[in-house]
Amino acid sequence: MHIPDGYLGPYTYVAFWIIMIPIWYYAGKKLNTELKSRQVPLLALSAAFSFVIMMFNVPIPGGSTGHAVGGAIIGIVLGPWAGVISISVALVLQALMFGDGGITAIAANCFNMGVVMPFVGYYIYKLISGNSDITSSKRVIASAIAGWCSLTIAAFFTGVEFGIQPILQHTAAGTPLYMPYPLSVTVPAMVAEHAFGFSILEALITALIFAYIQRTDASLFYSEKSEVQKNKMKKAVTA
Amino acid sequence: MEKIIRNLSIGLIILMIFAPLGLLAVGETFGEWGPEEVKEKLGFVPPGLEELSDLWSAPMPDYAFAGGDESMTMSSVAYILSAVIGVVVGGGLLYFIGKKAAKN
Repeated sequence: MHIPDGYLGPYTYVAFWIIMIPIWYYAGKKLNTELKSRQVPLLALSAAFSFVIMMFNVPIPGGSTGHAVGGAIIGIVLGPWAGVISISVALVLQALMFGDGGITAIAANCFNMGVVMPFVGYYIYKLISGNSDITSSKRVIASAIAGWCSLTIAAFFTGVEFGIQPILQHTAAGTPLYMPYPLSVTVPAMVAEHAFGFSILEALITALIFAYIQRTDASLFYSEKSEVQKNKMKKAVTA
Repeated sequence: MEKIIRNLSIGLIILMIFAPLGLLAVGETFGEWGPEEVKEKLGFVPPGLEELSDLWSAPMPDYAFAGGDESMTMSSVAYILSAVIGVVVGGGLLYFIGKKAAKN
């Protein structure tokens, strides 16, 4: 899903830089106010995990290859804004150092994988979990669905960004200047291969890590408080 | 907490060691073709695509040694090294940023 240089014309990639700069700025502010020091190692690990997971290319029937990203689980554990920072760092490093994803397309790639995924993942997880207990197995299923949706929707966005290129920028004769395929090709291609392939892997990884942290220390999850903190709050209320 | 970090780190190291498995998946990724592949598909390369495509030369393009030998062993070494760079630089950067940002 790493869009290389040359596929998005200037209209699109400049627009994404304009969208992403305030998002990065705000995410940085949120990190300053929300991040707890005990989460710092997890934040560092999350970027490292995301980077390495993206190197695991898996083939799917039809001859295409792709990968999971880990965007949903990072959004669920650390919160969507921390997810923005963490996945963006991994993507920028991939673009600069390894040519995976274009330089001009950094903002678009960070939007698709670094914003869409943690936000879709976090809110779908919240929606399905409802008021269920933090240790319930319903939440494991919620995390799996969140993982699946996050990558599939990110793929949809990528497909749309590709597909609008022939409409936005072409020569006077109508020859496309950048991504040549129209929406009718790019959206089904991107969505189908993810929905039936890579998003299933994303769902499994999300549920696996979720279940592990849930069983070990559920107080680590974003916006969840530990038993000690909860008791303190109860005492404060009753006092 | 420490147990989680330790176990996740072990998981990460195992993933890094097995990263070269990602090299086995041969096949094209939709929308990530090089200009030559686009030419094969369409018979022409869109002019803007061609112009932008060589804007940046990454030091280790596609997680491989630039211009190096392409044996499976060398590719695997380069791939694992790439994973190490990603983990050390990416993780390190966020550890630093996180330490600065975290309040309590």
